This record gives sequence, C-alpha cells and structure tokens, in this order.
Amino acid sequence: MNNEQLHINASTAEQKIWSILSTVVDPEVPVLTVLDLGIVREVQINGSEVEVIITPTYTGCPAMDMIAMNIRLALAEQGYKQVKVTSILSPAWTTDWMTEAGKEKLKQYGIAPPNPKQQVCNDQLFAANEAVQCPNCNSHHTHRISEFGSTACKALYQCDECKEPFDYFKCH
Amino acid sequence: MSASLIDYTLHLADTTLILSQRNSEWCGHGPILEQDIAITNISLDLLGQARNFYQYAAALKNDGSTEDSLAYLRTEREFKNVLLVELESGDWGQSILRQFLFSQFQHLLFQQLQQSNDAQLAAIATKAIKETTYHLRWSSEWVIRLGDGTEESHKRMLHAIDELWRYTGELFEAADYETAMGIDLASIKQTWTEKVTAVFDEAKLPVPENVFMQSGGKKGVHTEQLGYILTELQYLQRTYPGAKW
Repeated sequence: MNNEQLHINASTAEQKIWSILSTVVDPEVPVLTVLDLGIVREVQINGSEVEVIITPTYTGCPAMDMIAMNIRLALAEQGYKQVKVTSILSPAWTTDWMTEAGKEKLKQYGIAPPNPKQQVCNDQLFAANEAVQCPNCNSHHTHRISEFGSTACKALYQCDECKEPFDYFKCH
Repeated sequence: MSASLIDYTLHLADTTLILSQRNSEWCGHGPILEQDIAITNISLDLLGQARNFYQYAAALKNDGSTEDSLAYLRTEREFKNVLLVELESGDWGQSILRQFLFSQFQHLLFQQLQQSNDAQLAAIATKAIKETTYHLRWSSEWVIRLGDGTEESHKRMLHAIDELWRYTGELFEAADYETAMGIDLASIKQTWTEKVTAVFDEAKLPVPENVFMQSGGKKGVHTEQLGYILTELQYLQRTYPGAKW
C-alpha cells in the first residue's frame, strides 16, 4: 500500500498523527519527509498511547535512530505524551514506495530520484550504466562515477553535458 | 531449537560485525576516494545487519542482554564468526577477494534464509539481500579487474588466493546449530563453487584444488587475530563500563 492509501484508511485521530508526521524530515536529505520516503507503515492509537510503525530504508542506515527520535519529539510537541516508535523489517522497503512528490523534491534539491526498480536492480556484472537524468540540466548523457556515495542510499554520477557531478538516489 | 536459534543468530551477528570492523580499517586509506567510500559503505551495511541479528538474539535470550552487551562484552571464545572474516585485511586485493568470497556465500545463504520458517531471520535476510547484491557485484567486478589487470595486480591476487582459500571450507562445514536449523550448506557450496569459478575464469585466476581447510571459528576456536580485533572494538565498554554517547 502506498502512502496515499494508508492515509485514506485512517480515522480522524490517526489523520492528525499523519499530518504531524508530514513535518518530520530525513536528517540526511532534509527536503524529504518521512512520508515522502514511504518509511511510515502504520499509525495505531491504543488509548493514550500512539504507536508509529516505521521501516528502515537501508539495513545500516544510521539516520533511523534519529528519525525515530524526531518522530517522538514532533508528537510530544503536539501534546502526545506516550509515543512508541516500532521498527519492522518486513515487508522490506523499496524506492518504489517513495512518493512522486518526494521524487520531485529530490530533483529540485539536486539529487536524481530513483528510477523504477524493475528496470535496473540486477546482479549482472559490468552492466551498462542506467540512464540517470541530470537533476541540473535534465540531460540523460550522464555516467556513473561510483556505485556507492555519501550515504548508503546514494550513488555518484556526473553529467556529460553540464559536467556537474551529482548524487543519485539508487534503486533498492 | 531455541538454543540453536540463538547460537545461529549470534553466528550471523558475529560474522557480519567482524567483517564490518575489518573493512572499516580502510576508512581514509582506500586506494582512491570512490573505492574508499565503497568499502566503508559495505562496512556500514554489514554493521546494520549485525545490529539486526544482535537485537534479535538479545530478544530471544530474554535475560537482560542487549545488542551492545552481546557485541561488546562477550569474550573471544564466545564469538562464533567464521575465521575468514577475522583475518588481517592485507592489501586492497586481499580485502576485495575476501569480500567477494564472503558476499558470494552470503548472497546464496540469504536467498535460502528468505524461505526460513523463522519469520525474523527471513525478514532480516530479505532486507539485507538487496545490499548484498551490490556488494557481490562490486567485489566481483574488482576481482576481475585486478585478476585480469596488470602483472602486479594479477600477482597480488594470486597471493590473496593463497592467503584466503584455506578459510573458505569452513563456510560450508555445518556447526551443530546450523544442522539443527536445517541450513542446507551442501547446495550453497555447489552453487558458490560454480559462481566463484566463473568469476575466477574471467579474472584469469586459478581455482585451487585439494587445499587443507582451516576451521574452528563457528565453534569459538579462533586465530590469534580475533583477540586483537576485540581488544580494539571492545576497549571503550571494557574501560568505561556502561559509557553512552
């Protein structure tokens, strides 16, 4: 289920929580909210306790602990005293869960958004570079510098037209 | 079953933690910046896997253990990692070859664990195999690049094979807890051998035959290297018990 669907099924009280969550951003990529990323899977209200269920992007993503803390803080500011943030692994997060709005924000920020997963995730050696669009000049004439970038979720690319190096949020 | 599950989970945790620690030695020392970043990224992925396994083991033990106490306060003989991951990193070629031999194994193991009856191990494997695919592809390409590269890089890869091959047998030698968990190492060994042979062929590297294999790590019998690693890794918690960020 994508984020829009998760929202529609929520009760009014839960809707309020979802709207607070829409203000919590990823510390590494501060233009994306946790909802844009698609890592909030469920919100549950049990009496006075709020439980927010999240899933990590990458297994080793060091931002997850901070994201959980920021979720607790954002809810505490709005008067929610008992907040539990639970991390689940299954089903595993995929870049396909990132919202279209999130992808657009990434691009504006200078990071190429992930290509659809089914096109590019494979284990072929020396595979042709996937066609990643330069977030600066929109050219598809780009090449990969490194499959690993400044954070676990990104690869390094360079544009052959405007020569600008850029981060690509890689498929996962 | 429960004791075997705990031991097996600790074995997976220890193996990923120790390889993460070894690879992190390259931080700031990689041959070029992009590859320095690559191997430290892999280190971070492995550390994330280790945390998931330790958290699960702590929950199973249910005796007050935490992911931190399991990583920082167990002794050498309690660690169940395979010997391959604790060996000295050596030069870049040797570190690459170890990552390749390990990633090829881990990729096949996680494929199997995705089908595990244990829901949490299956979830961790399903999550982690995505990253392992990157590790495998990256390390395979480097083995080929170095093996079929210059005279010097080829020579160093031959040396790396000499150093590491005798530790690959242990990957497929089932410990009691693996047998109890129903892990099918024989089928992994067959596919692993085929895949490694294919990459070695392309890299113009020989696949060694009839090598005496070292083992012991899965049962807590280690090389002297593990003691040095733990001394460094556990120093803070041993010296300042309970220290927090």
